Amino acid sequence: MSLSPSLEPGPSTPKMGRLNRWDTPWLNWKFLSGMSIIGLIVLIGICGRLFWNMDLVYVASSPLNLPPVGFENRRGQEGTWEHPLGTENRGCDMLALMVIGAPNSLYVGILAASLGLSVGVIFGFMAGFIGNWVDDLIRLISDTTMTIPSLLVLIIIQALIPQVSLTLMACLLALFAWPAPTRLIRAQVLSMRESGYVQMARLSGASVFRLMFGEIMPNLLPYLAASFIGSSAGAILAAVGLEGLGLGPQRVPTLGRTIYLALESSALLRNMWWWWGLPTLVLAIIFIGLFLINLGLDEIANPRLRRASG
Amino acid sequence: MLDQNQKPVVLEVEGLRVYYETPAGDVLAVNGVDFQLYQGETLGLVGESGCGKSTAAMGVLQLVVPPGRIVSGQVLLDGQNLLDLSERELRKLRWAKLSLIPQGAMNSLNPTMKVNRQIQDVINAHLDRTSKQEIRDRILELLQMVGLPERVYHMYPHQLSGGMKQRVCIAMAIALSPQVIIADESTSALDVVVQRVVAQTLLRVKEALGVSMIMIGHDMGLMAQMVDRIAVMYAGKIVEIALVKDIFDQPAHPYSQLLIESVPSLKEHKPLKVTEGITHDPRHPPPGCIFQLRCPLVMDQCRQQEPVSQEVRPGQWVACHAYQSSEADQ
Amino acid sequence: MGSLSIKALVRRLCIYFLTIWVSATVIFCIPRLAPGDPIAAMISRMSQQAGYVENSDKIIEGWRKRFGLDDTPMTQYVRYLRNLLRFDMGYSMAFFPTTVSSMVKRALPWTLGLLFVSIIVTFLLGNFLGALLAWRRTPSVVKMTIPVTMIFTSIPSFLAAIFLLYVFAFRLHLFPLRGAYGRGLQPELSWEFISSVIYHGILPVSSIVLVSFGYWALGMRGMMITVEGEDYMHLAQAKGLNPFYTLYRYMVRNAILPQVTALAISLGTMVGGQILVEYIFSYPGMGTLIFTAIRNQDFNVIQGTSFILIVTTATAVLVIDLIYPFIDPRISYANSSIEKGH
Repeated sequence: MSLSPSLEPGPSTPKMGRLNRWDTPWLNWKFLSGMSIIGLIVLIGICGRLFWNMDLVYVASSPLNLPPVGFENRRGQEGTWEHPLGTENRGCDMLALMVIGAPNSLYVGILAASLGLSVGVIFGFMAGFIGNWVDDLIRLISDTTMTIPSLLVLIIIQALIPQVSLTLMACLLALFAWPAPTRLIRAQVLSMRESGYVQMARLSGASVFRLMFGEIMPNLLPYLAASFIGSSAGAILAAVGLEGLGLGPQRVPTLGRTIYLALESSALLRNMWWWWGLPTLVLAIIFIGLFLINLGLDEIANPRLRRASG
Repeated sequence: MLDQNQKPVVLEVEGLRVYYETPAGDVLAVNGVDFQLYQGETLGLVGESGCGKSTAAMGVLQLVVPPGRIVSGQVLLDGQNLLDLSERELRKLRWAKLSLIPQGAMNSLNPTMKVNRQIQDVINAHLDRTSKQEIRDRILELLQMVGLPERVYHMYPHQLSGGMKQRVCIAMAIALSPQVIIADESTSALDVVVQRVVAQTLLRVKEALGVSMIMIGHDMGLMAQMVDRIAVMYAGKIVEIALVKDIFDQPAHPYSQLLIESVPSLKEHKPLKVTEGITHDPRHPPPGCIFQLRCPLVMDQCRQQEPVSQEVRPGQWVACHAYQSSEADQ
Repeated sequence: MGSLSIKALVRRLCIYFLTIWVSATVIFCIPRLAPGDPIAAMISRMSQQAGYVENSDKIIEGWRKRFGLDDTPMTQYVRYLRNLLRFDMGYSMAFFPTTVSSMVKRALPWTLGLLFVSIIVTFLLGNFLGALLAWRRTPSVVKMTIPVTMIFTSIPSFLAAIFLLYVFAFRLHLFPLRGAYGRGLQPELSWEFISSVIYHGILPVSSIVLVSFGYWALGMRGMMITVEGEDYMHLAQAKGLNPFYTLYRYMVRNAILPQVTALAISLGTMVGGQILVEYIFSYPGMGTLIFTAIRNQDFNVIQGTSFILIVTTATAVLVIDLIYPFIDPRISYANSSIEKGH
């Protein structure tokens, strides 16, 4: 890309992403469209409750097995505007399920990621700054946790605890959400600790606390954001997986549980595509949104990628 | 084309311009560079960092990568303009006629390839049908020439010290006996003792093969010992080009004078001269002379008219109004 | 090459055994930490669902004997670990006389086969496309097309599995709806059986590949761009080498190294994803086994299967980590002492 750092004239391209650059890197179309998608889901979750009757999520609140508007089910019933996205076999309205289920999925993901990231930041900074045996210990634990397929442990736990709330589930997911951010932050802290400007700040007698939050933290921002999004996606993935296996919260409508019920009731063979298809679509949209945000953040944090794609 | 010593010209650069594209406008990294390289000579290209000397070398090698681009100019090697060649022709010519000893020797070797494979690569790419035994012998011979032990043959780059890596790069550069070698700050990353030893190796090999060389660097002291002629670059232009003896005895351009004065000397204690003034925005050079903002002798003319390179003494060419005006008076 | 770096090797093996030991301990502790008497609760749930649990007293007896619930926790723990070492994981509660290890033995090869094929395909395809994305000489048509194929990236693989199952098996009847081989076939080394296995495996493998190759492609693209900025790439160009040779031997060769490390890290997630895919396709592997066990509240099987999968994953990661020094000479086990001299 460049001949060598010292040669490149004009605004030099530092290895770390700097935020105060001539172009505002946050104006990245991938990042913005991803944010819009997630924002839209949140908006539907908030406003949908105002415009749609949420009592329709309850069992037997609606007719059974109705298709969405414009389609016909096997019994020749046509979709009605009373249930625009159709209903499933227990008489729950699909639209109400989506409006409640989608924000629930996001809630679990964001809560688990927040917890995981907080632990990750603390451990990452500790490992990077204190070093020695603290670093060894933290690395050992995070490496160990990382190689364990988290879904399996969660399956074991939840198979024994039949009633979990969304919050408890998020906490359980957070148990496996911290190693990735820890690893990332440790690596960044280590490389930044050696970089010139942090060394300078250190020589000038800045306190460790000031170093962390004044010098290192701002430059970590894109990485932290990317890590947060990645952890959220991972947590939602695990949550949906557990729900899809019939575990997780049983009383709260979730997208994963809707898919589980659809599969259990042979919705595929009964050609009730809306039953499994709608939650799948909403989840796909959530994941694509998160993925786009992460792609955008990647380019924000790494100018080289930006130049290559731009 | 022959100079006063009747040596043929192997490489001629004319009006080379290399710009870097930035959102705020093109950076004029190399802005009209002309020079000639004679058979068997070593030409030093000096100047402060960012003056465009390495970019000029990359322009000669046709290795300018985006966002940089060659805007205009001619690079004549053996009378052939490299800018007119197709990619395939250029690839054939590279290394066989024009090789490079890179700037960052520490990272210039492929970390996942043994030394012998990396040298073998250039032989395989440019010479047809060479037997394995021949290649092996040749590589060992090259290693010996640059003073490396035989065991280096089977080593990976990370097992070598900086000086050894640089020697491997030299061995690689001479593998095909090219006409011109460009040594781009080849020794500046090494510590002083190693630097001298590697530089001597480079010079010895060069003499033995009789190749021409362009040496890029900012260490005037090292240059004084190693090169035949020096071209001084400032802000993308060559401001003075002369024999090394002349430039040290009588530097003509004010910038060359500053450079020479900055060379520390053991004999006298002189205060380090700090150049006053600021450098211009590399995107928008001022009209007239590029050195006007820092020049101690700046005149009105310098702010209006760009100086043209003129021969002030035999073989000493300078682009400065201070000399042009005196000539105009005569 | 030279001698192994003992310290690194010991550390790596420590992590391996630590992983297994921690998992085994967690599995041991969970039922004891759960509120109430989990075994009684499980049996009552089973009878609620099935109405009557066959051999229920035998199960309780077996369970109590297995955990020796009257012994001290420490004795129980030691016995539990000793049993695990002998791959004795007790009996299935839903299919009583069947041992968990025999069920695992039947299911594991299918899971390993599916996992191996899908990881290899994903890794190769993803890195190949990623390299093309970053390479300067790739035609722009190709560069525009590749991102379009990555539309499914990031979607959970089991959602993709449902989608593929619906479109290609249910709607278009191009592929079978379920299972790992045709009905009426016996596992044997015949062309008929093998082709049936491949035919049944296409959709499960595709649903994993489809959603994950994009990650590898993007990672590879990033690594390629980093490598392209390295000094040795610059020199490779100056050397006038064949561009394909440069791509392969200089760029891809160096860019793939971090990807291999990433593969080791992501194995756990991939195993998790595959469990769900198996369940969607009723593939006779560990995933379906776990799902059936969850439905039957067959906690012994859940425990045993999960433990074996954790061990499998940890072993796979270990293997990748041990192979790694052979592809990256810098991390070589060989003595990497720097030569002194000029």
